[in-house]
Order: sequence, then structure tokens, then C-alpha cells
Amino acid sequence: MLSDHDDRLGSPQLDVDALLADPGIRIVVCCGAGGVGKTTTAAALALRAAEQHGRRTVVLTIDPARRLAQSMGLTALDNTPRQVKGVDADSGELHAMMLDMKRTFDEVVFAHTDAEKAEEILANPFYQAMSSTFSGTQEYMAMEKLGQLRARGEWDLIVVDTPPSRSALDFLDAPARLSRFLDGRMIRMLLAPARAGGRGMFKLASASFGVFSRAVTKVLGSQLLTDVSTFVTALDSMFGGFRERAERTYRILQNKETAFLVVAAPEPDAIREAAYFADRLDSEQMPLAGLVLNRVTTVAAPAINAGSARAAAVRLDEVDGHGVTADAMRVHATLVEQRARQAAVADRFVSAYPDVPVVEVPVQAADVHDLDGLRAIGGSLTAPRPADV
Amino acid sequence: MVTGKGGTGKTTVAAALAIALATGGRRVLLVEVEGRQGIAQLFELPPLPYEERVVAAAPGGGEVRALAIDAEKALLEYLDMFYRLGVAGRALQKMGAIDFAATIAPGMRDVLLTGKVKEAVTRAVDGRRVYDAVVVDAPPTGRIGRFLNVTAETARLAKVGPIKSQSEGVSAILRSPMTAVHVVTLLEEMPVQETADAIEELRGLDIPIGSVIVNATREPMLDGVRVSQAEIRRGLIEAGLPADRDTVAGLVTEAKAYQTRLGVEAALRDELAALGRPVVELPALADGVTREGLDALARVLLNEG
Repeated sequence: MLSDHDDRLGSPQLDVDALLADPGIRIVVCCGAGGVGKTTTAAALALRAAEQHGRRTVVLTIDPARRLAQSMGLTALDNTPRQVKGVDADSGELHAMMLDMKRTFDEVVFAHTDAEKAEEILANPFYQAMSSTFSGTQEYMAMEKLGQLRARGEWDLIVVDTPPSRSALDFLDAPARLSRFLDGRMIRMLLAPARAGGRGMFKLASASFGVFSRAVTKVLGSQLLTDVSTFVTALDSMFGGFRERAERTYRILQNKETAFLVVAAPEPDAIREAAYFADRLDSEQMPLAGLVLNRVTTVAAPAINAGSARAAAVRLDEVDGHGVTADAMRVHATLVEQRARQAAVADRFVSAYPDVPVVEVPVQAADVHDLDGLRAIGGSLTAPRPADV
Repeated sequence: MVTGKGGTGKTTVAAALAIALATGGRRVLLVEVEGRQGIAQLFELPPLPYEERVVAAAPGGGEVRALAIDAEKALLEYLDMFYRLGVAGRALQKMGAIDFAATIAPGMRDVLLTGKVKEAVTRAVDGRRVYDAVVVDAPPTGRIGRFLNVTAETARLAKVGPIKSQSEGVSAILRSPMTAVHVVTLLEEMPVQETADAIEELRGLDIPIGSVIVNATREPMLDGVRVSQAEIRRGLIEAGLPADRDTVAGLVTEAKAYQTRLGVEAALRDELAALGRPVVELPALADGVTREGLDALARVLLNEG
């Protein structure tokens, strides 16, 4: 019931059930631009893996809609996986958690330094600013949490929803950016005098550095730089650990046990992001399993094209007693037009990546608030294409 | 200021608002702050430099200029204006100091961005303001409070110095009647939820809230009527179209899905109305976002005041 003949995609069908059933696949990462239904897709995949494929599954969500979170029993943001009730499975289980990025960052600090120093870091205003607002912290912490979940070895399958960044690439870039930052030249310069037992960078005698430090002081104020310096000194012992952890998780993403799914709505921005992401995964040798084309308009009466429907609506307006059909014709025409526009947009991706498998998920009339809604999406994700029936 | 959840079309609405405000011979600056080059894409232009450029003419001789603000360049410009740092300024840039400062203290970046907006708002030549209005394609709802609450963010970090005084000036303007933050949403659950959250947050910060702008709305057809197969079949035969069983059933399915969606949308409209701000509805653009489409949205915004 999906589409007109010429709207059919030319790419192979993504076999989501095969992916979820494959014991060799331990991690599924859902990526894509914000607002395309990543969180719901991740939750639906995880539920299906637990119910249909008997896998002990955990889904890491970032920022779920409140009612969706409640439907999975995620009422508190406690950074720990909780078993979801109401899952209909013999051997599988579904656990769900919401990422608390500040708490995850705190845990990393505690894991790498003694309690006293950790408290000192946690109290520093710069740590507080960075752990809650640094533009890459959420991505970095999502990856950190993924690393932790995997290290515990409790799960057959980890499904990860990625943060609602403006760019899907942020998920891959942020950890490297953060560790580069923490290990960068500026930090080392700030640390150098502290290591040498001096009282800060402003004691440095070097003339060129003097100009520089005066400029920094002028703009930022010396108090601020002293705070930064203290913070950085306190963090010094952790740099190696930070970088190592980020690199380790990054390597997991290149592993065969990981499958990336790019989620996109059939809109120009989302498709452009999906294409960037596909390129990037390719160059990083990360395994792209397929594209989930979400919120696709469905046409249930393909025998009537948009032009005929519009013309019929005008004609029926002039005849008494056909108002409902006239409006039904307008609704139909809008759907057909929308579908054609979406197909043209999706085709940009398909023609650039003809080998990437695609699955289309029809738009839902109502928002998903419960496990039944997630099951329905799981069903759409795994339904054969109409042409193949 | 135009904010909204990602994907609601806030760049489109910001551009339409700029055209509306420029209508009748006024000059408007349309600003973006997140380095996305969304304005350039919207007007089908090459990426915008850090420079004010005419991007659109408005009805009645008005003009929309656009600017993509870059935090680093804004800082250097600011430094040149007040400190004549010269070599030291370039050294700062070369060392990555500015990126460093903005990274370790994200509030700093926001002060630089909003500071540049303030400069454009207050810029005058011969005692006359250069811009009649400045429209900012602001960060999305999830970050808007932090972005606009510049004083609090920087006060926590910079206790003295020019950054602090800069942020105080910006804060005064953002809390004055010169500012209005419009929130763009769709009639979908998450954008409506984020709209409510953003309005609550901005209220708490004493930042003036403008309208809730509902983007991409559709006509309320088939509202409350019963759609039966018999009726559709009769209509199809009258119109001389195929009236086979699959087609009739398909059309009824489509009509019912539309009605379900209308019901969901009605409930979301009620939630938006309860927020206590004026609500403006913009129609969905049938042909995607084109220049004609932007002008049509601008006309709706003008009519709605």
C-alpha cells in the first residue's frame, strides 16, 4: 500500500530483523539530524530485539519525549539501566536508560582520580560549566556510557540513540575534540608554570608570551585565568585516561560487532545530513548497516493521481452532497504530492549510495506513547516492501 | 529572536519575519549565530562571509541584509575597537586562545554573539539607526535560555573585565522591550513540549517572549464528519474516477488518518493556547521553501501583526 509505481526506491531493502537477530551484532547506533525520530526508532528496535529475537537488550536514550520515556518506565533520570515492564518476551529482556551527562562526567572523574581531588574538580566553576554546557560533552558522554555498558558484558545488544546535535557528525567528532582540547597546546601552556612550581602563566618572562598573556588577561580577566589554571592542574592526572577511553570507544565503533543505522526524514536537510554521515562512516571504516527513512507519507489509493484528485474535488464542490468526497480528494492529492516530493528527496541519497540498504517507515497518525506504538513501528521497520509481496 | 526545536523551520520563519519587517521601505538585518549557513541555503546563495550582505528585497522598497556571525571574528573585531591589540590579537587567534576560551567557557561565545547583535541593533549613522529591526535565527529551544541569559553564564566565570561589562550591556537590551523571543513550533508532540519548556524558562529569566509561531499548518478538512465507503464510492462515480474496492478503502483509510491527525493537532493547539502568548499560524508551503513561499509567509506575519 506504500506508493505509486515510480516512487519506489531503487536500493536494496534493509533487513532489520536479520540485523537484530544476528548474535555477532552487539551494538546498534542510531544516528541522524535532530527531529527525525531517532529516539523512537532506537526504542522500537530495542523492543523488537527483546521480544522477537530473545535478546537481552539495553537501549540508551538521550532526550526522549516525556510520554515515551514514561511508557518505558523511565521516570527518573538516574543514569542506570532499568528493566522495562510489559515486555512480551520468553527469553529476551529490555532495559532502558536515559543519559545524564553531568553524572556520567562525574563518574569518569571519580574513576580516574582519588576522592579528595575529585571533589575539588567537581567544585570548580570551570568543570561545572564544561560538564553541563560544553558543546561536545553530551556526545562524548553518550560514547563514554556506551563504552561502560559494553564493558559490563551483560547485554546481548546495546541500542544507542545519539544526541540531538545539529549535525549527525558531532557524535563522532565530539570525543576527539574534547580529548584534543584537554590535551591541547593551550592547556599545556597553562600547566607549564604550575608544573615548574610557579604561580601561574603570568610569571613567565618570555617577551612574546608576555604580550600574549597580557592580551589574555585583558580580555578574560586574570581571575578567570587563575580559575582555569587551577582546574586544568587538577585535571592533569586524568588527561591520559580521558583520551584512552575516548579512543577505545571509538575503536569499538569500527568493530564488526557494531552496526550504524542512519535515521532520516524524507526532507532535504535530514537527507543531506544522512549523506554526510554515510560518507564519513565510509572514510572511518565504520559499518553502515542502512538508512531508516522515517515518517514517509503513505498513499493508500494509488490508482488516483494528484491531478485527477484535484480536478475531481473542484467538480464535486459544484454538486450537492459530495462535500466529504471532495475533501477526501484534496487530502488524497496532498498525500500524493507530498509522497512524490519525498521520493525525489530520498532519491538524492539512493542515487549517491545505491548499495546502502533502505527501509521506509510510514508516518504515524498519532505520536507514540506506549509499547504497542513501539511494536507497531517495529513492525513497519521489518515489513517487506509492497513490491516484494 | 526566533527560536524553536530543530526541524520546526525556525530559519525559514526568521527569514519570513525579516521580509515582513522590511516591507514598506525598512531595512532589516537577518542574523545567524550557529555557523550552519542556513540563511545562505534558504536564499540559494554561496556561504555568507562575516559581512552584512543584501539577500532579499522586500515589497515597498525594503531590504533584508544577512550576516553569519562568527564568534572568533566578533571577538577580534571587538578587541580592535576597544583595545587596538594588533599583534597580540593575532597572536591570540594563532594560539587558538579564543577557541580555547570559548570552549572552556561556552557562555563566553554567547556573549560575543549576542554582543555583535547588540552592536547591530544600536549602530547609528548620523544619529539614525542603521537597522529598523534585527532578526536573529537563534539557537534551538534546548539552548535558548542559556544563550540569552548571558550575564548569569559569564558572571559565574568572569568576575571582572571587559567580558563582564560587555555581558551586562547585552543583558540590558535582551530584557528590554526592544527584544521579543518568538518560538516556532509544529503541531507535533516534541516541538510543543519544548515550546512550553522554553517559554517557562524565558519567563523565569525575565526575557520578553513574543508569539508562538505554529509552522506548516494544514487546512482543517473533514473535521468531525463521518467518512463512509458508500459515500466515497458515490462521489468517485460522480467524478468519473475508478471506484474499485481497493481505491475506496484506501481513500477512507487516508481520510481517517487525516482526521486522527487533526484530533492530535487540536489537542496540541489547546496546549499552545494555554501558554498565554499570542499564537500565529503559518500554512505549510506546498512547493517546499521557495522565495515565493517566504513572501507568502511574510504576508501572513504582516497580517497577523
